[in-house]
Amino acid sequence: MSTSQTTTTEHHPALAHQFDSMAQQQEASTFGMWVFLLTEIMMFGGLFTAYLIYRIKYYDGFVAGSTSISVSWGFANTLVLIASSFTMAMAVWAGEKGIRKAQMGFLIGTMILGAAFLCIKGEEYYTKYDECHIPGRVIGKGFDATGGCSAQDPKLGNIAEEVQQHAKELGKTVPEASALQTARQSEIFFSFYFLMTGLHAFHMLVGMGLLSWLFLRSKRGEFGPAYHTPLELGGLYWHFVDIVWIFLFPLLYLISRHAHAV
Amino acid sequence: MSTAVTTVTPVMPAKHYLNDNYGIRSWLLTKDHKRIAILYLVSITFFFFIGGLFAALIRMELLTPQGDLFQSDTYNKLFSMHGINMVFFFLVPSIPATLGNFVLPIMLGARDLAFPKINLLSWYIYIAGALFSLATMVSGGVDTGWTFYTPLSSGFLRTHVVLIAVGVIMAGFSSIFTGLNFIVTVHRMRAPGLTWGRLPLFVWSNYATSLIMVLATPVLAITLTLLALERGFHIGIFDPKLGGDPVLFQHMFWFYSHPAVYIMILPGMGVISELVTCFSRKRVFGYAFVAFSSIAIAVFGFLVWAHHMFVAGVSQYSAMVFSLLSFAVAIPSAVKVFNWTATMYKGSISLETPMLYALGFIGLFTVGGLTGIMLAALGLDVQVHDTYFVIAHFHYVMVGGMVTAYLGGLHFWWPKITGRMYPEAPAKLAALITFIGFNLTFFPQFILGYLGMPRRYHAYPPEFQVLNVLSSAGASVLAVGFLLPAIYFMWSLKYGAIAGDNPWRATGLEWQTTSPPPTHNFHEVPVVTTEPYAYGDEPEVTIVH
Amino acid sequence: MAEQSHPTPKLYAIIFITLSILTCATWAIAFADLGIFNPIVAVTIAVIKAVLVILFFMHVRYSSRLTKITVSAGFFWLMILITLSLSDYLSRTLRVVP
Repeated sequence: MSTSQTTTTEHHPALAHQFDSMAQQQEASTFGMWVFLLTEIMMFGGLFTAYLIYRIKYYDGFVAGSTSISVSWGFANTLVLIASSFTMAMAVWAGEKGIRKAQMGFLIGTMILGAAFLCIKGEEYYTKYDECHIPGRVIGKGFDATGGCSAQDPKLGNIAEEVQQHAKELGKTVPEASALQTARQSEIFFSFYFLMTGLHAFHMLVGMGLLSWLFLRSKRGEFGPAYHTPLELGGLYWHFVDIVWIFLFPLLYLISRHAHAV
Repeated sequence: MSTAVTTVTPVMPAKHYLNDNYGIRSWLLTKDHKRIAILYLVSITFFFFIGGLFAALIRMELLTPQGDLFQSDTYNKLFSMHGINMVFFFLVPSIPATLGNFVLPIMLGARDLAFPKINLLSWYIYIAGALFSLATMVSGGVDTGWTFYTPLSSGFLRTHVVLIAVGVIMAGFSSIFTGLNFIVTVHRMRAPGLTWGRLPLFVWSNYATSLIMVLATPVLAITLTLLALERGFHIGIFDPKLGGDPVLFQHMFWFYSHPAVYIMILPGMGVISELVTCFSRKRVFGYAFVAFSSIAIAVFGFLVWAHHMFVAGVSQYSAMVFSLLSFAVAIPSAVKVFNWTATMYKGSISLETPMLYALGFIGLFTVGGLTGIMLAALGLDVQVHDTYFVIAHFHYVMVGGMVTAYLGGLHFWWPKITGRMYPEAPAKLAALITFIGFNLTFFPQFILGYLGMPRRYHAYPPEFQVLNVLSSAGASVLAVGFLLPAIYFMWSLKYGAIAGDNPWRATGLEWQTTSPPPTHNFHEVPVVTTEPYAYGDEPEVTIVH
Repeated sequence: MAEQSHPTPKLYAIIFITLSILTCATWAIAFADLGIFNPIVAVTIAVIKAVLVILFFMHVRYSSRLTKITVSAGFFWLMILITLSLSDYLSRTLRVVP
C-alpha cells in the first residue's frame, strides 16, 4: 500500500495500519502520551489552584490540619514512590535492552512499592477516620453519642483542642471561639487533603492495573529493542504520578511544621 | 492559462468506505474515522433538535408578557436544558467531531487518525454522557442554567445536578480524546511534502481548537467533580455556608468555558476559510496571518475568562486587566474577517449554497464579534450583564457563526461524504431562510437587552412584547431553515446526482481521492508539492451531472 | 528512534539517590524556622525533584523539541491558571483611587 518513503522496517506485527513505520508509530504514541499528561497537569492544576487560594485565605486552619497528619508516613511514602519511579525507569531500560527477566523483576518491584504506598495511604486515611477528621460530616466513625464522631461536632475531632494546646505551649492563649473557627477552616484543608491524595491514589490504582498488564505482555516476551512503546508509555504515566506526589508532600504535610516540632 | 476544456461524467467508485462492509457491527465497532464522523453526525443532529425543541418552548413562553405557559421552575429547566444540550452535546463536538473527523486525516493525506481506537472510544464516551443527559431530562431536568453556578447548584437545588454533571464531564472527556487525536495526527501523520506552511486552514483551525480542548477541558472536569462532591459530601469548596468561595467556581468554570467559546467558533472559521477561497477561485489572502490568527485566538482565549465575572465581585484591578486582554482577542478575529474579504476582492465569486452560508457567517460573526467588544468594555458590561444583549451577542457568534459555518461545511463536503450532490435550489432557499430567520430572532434581542430585559425570566413588562413576538416569529422561520436541510440531505442519499471526485474543482487532498473515499482514504500515498490554495492554475473541467 | 542513547542504570541510580537526598532535605528543613522561606524552599526543592524526574526518568532530556515544548506548555498553562486566578484574589483588598 505505502509507496517509496517507507522502506525502513520490515512489517512488525505490532505496527498499526495507519502508520508507515515503527518509528512513526513510536513517536506518535509517545507524543500522544505526553499530550494526555498535559490534560492531567491541567486537571490536577485546577485542584492546586483552589488549594493555593484557600491556603492563603485560611492559613491557620491549614496549619492546624497539616500538623495533624503524620509527616513521618508522608516522608516514608515519598521515598517509596521515588524508589518505585527508579524501578520503573529500570524496567523501561530493560525493555529497551530486551532483557525479559529484568523487565519482569523491575515491574514486580514497582508494583510492590506501589502497593506499599497505597497501604500506607490507607493507614493514614484510617487514622483520619478514627480521629473524626473526615470533612463533610457524612463519613466518620459512627455518628452516635458514645465515642464516635458527632455530626454536629464543631471542634472537628481534636483540632480545636490541639490549637489551644499548641498556643499554650507557645505561651499564648487562643479564645474558644477562635479555636473553633480554626477547626472549621481546617475542614477545608482536609477536603483538599482527601481530594488531592484521593485523586492521586486513584491514578496509582490505574497505574497498578497498567503495570499488571505490562507484566503479562512482558512475560509473553513482547518487548525488545524493536518494540517497547507500551512499556515506555506506562513509565511516563507512572513518573507523572510520582511528580504529583513530589508536590503534594510539601504542600500538604509541611505547612509550618517547624512551629509544631514533633 | 486555461487548457482545453474537458467534459467528464461523474461515476460512483465501485468500492468505498460506505460499502466496504455492512451491518450494525461494522458501524458500532468501526475504527474508520469517516464512519465515526457519521456516527457523531447522527448523534449531534439528534441533540441539535432536542436543544432546538427546548428553544422553541422558550420562545413560545416569551410570546406573552405573563408567565402563562410554564411555571417559573419549569422555565428554568427549559433554558438550562437548552443551554447544556446545545453547548456540550452539539456545539463543542459539532464541527471537530464530524467534519473535522471526516476530512482532517484526508486533508493530511493520512490513512486514519493516529489513534483510531481512541477515536471510537471518544464517541462511546460521548454517547454515555448523552445518556446521562437524556436521563436527566426524563427524570425531571435540571435548573442550574448551563453555567452550574454555585451555591445554587451545590447547596440549594433539589434537581439532578450530579447526574448532568457526570454527563457533561463525559462529554468533556470525549472532546479531550478528539483533540488529542487531532494534535498527534497533525504533528506526526502528514503526507510527504505537506509542510506546516502547506496545511489547509481548516487543519490549522482544528489544531488550535484541539489545543484548547486538551488544555481547558480537564479544568472543567475537576470543577464539576468538586461541585458533585460538594453536593454529595457537604465539603466546603464553593458553598460560602461551608466556608467555600462561590467566585472560585466561576473562575474555574470560565477558565474552561471561555476558551470553550473558541472551541465552538474556531473550527467554523476554518470552514469559512475553505469555502471563501474555493468559491472565489482565488488563493487565500494572507495565508500565514489566517493560520496564526487561529493559534493566537486559542492562546489569547485563555487570558480573558474573568470578563464573565465583572459583576461577581472580582477585584477592580483584575477586572481592568481582563477587560484589556479581552479587547486583544478582537485583533486575530478581525484579521480573519479582513482576510476573507480581501480574498473575495476581485475573485470570480460563484454563489453556490456553501458560499451563501460563508457570506452569512462573515456578516453575522462580525456583528457578534463587535458586540463582544462592547461587552468586554468594563463600563458597558456592568450595565448589560445578564440581559438579552448578552444572549443576542453569543447567539450571533454561536448560531450565526458556528451553526452557519457547520451547515456551510456540511453542504461543501456532503458530496465527499456521501458521493451525491444535495439539490441546489432548496438548499439555496434554506440558506436564505436561515439567514432571515436568524436575524429576525436575535436582532430584536439586542434591543431588548439594551432596554434592560434580563435573561432567564419567563415574564416581562408588557412594553417588551412587540420585540419578543418578532423574536419568536423569527425562531419559527429559523426552525424551517434548519428542518429543510435535514429533509433534502436525506433525500439526496438516494436521489442526489452523482457528485464525482471533485464537484467544486477545489484544491486540497480530500478532493483528489474518490467520493466517497475508500476505507484507507487514498489508493496511493499522495505527495504534496504545492501551496494549499493554488486556484487559477488548475485545468478547466466541466462536470455534467 | 530505537537508540536515542537513553540513560544508563548508573545514571538512573545517581538520580534516585539525589532524589532521596532532596526528599530528606525537604523533610529536615521543614523543622527549621525560616519564616517566609519555609514554603519557598519546600516548593523549590519539589520543583528541582520534578525537573530531575522529567529530564531523566521521563527521558525528556533525550527527546525531540516537540516533547520539550509540550512539557513546557503544560506548566505554562498551569501558570496562567494560577497567576490570573490569584491576580483577582490578591488584589481584592486594593482600592482604585478615583
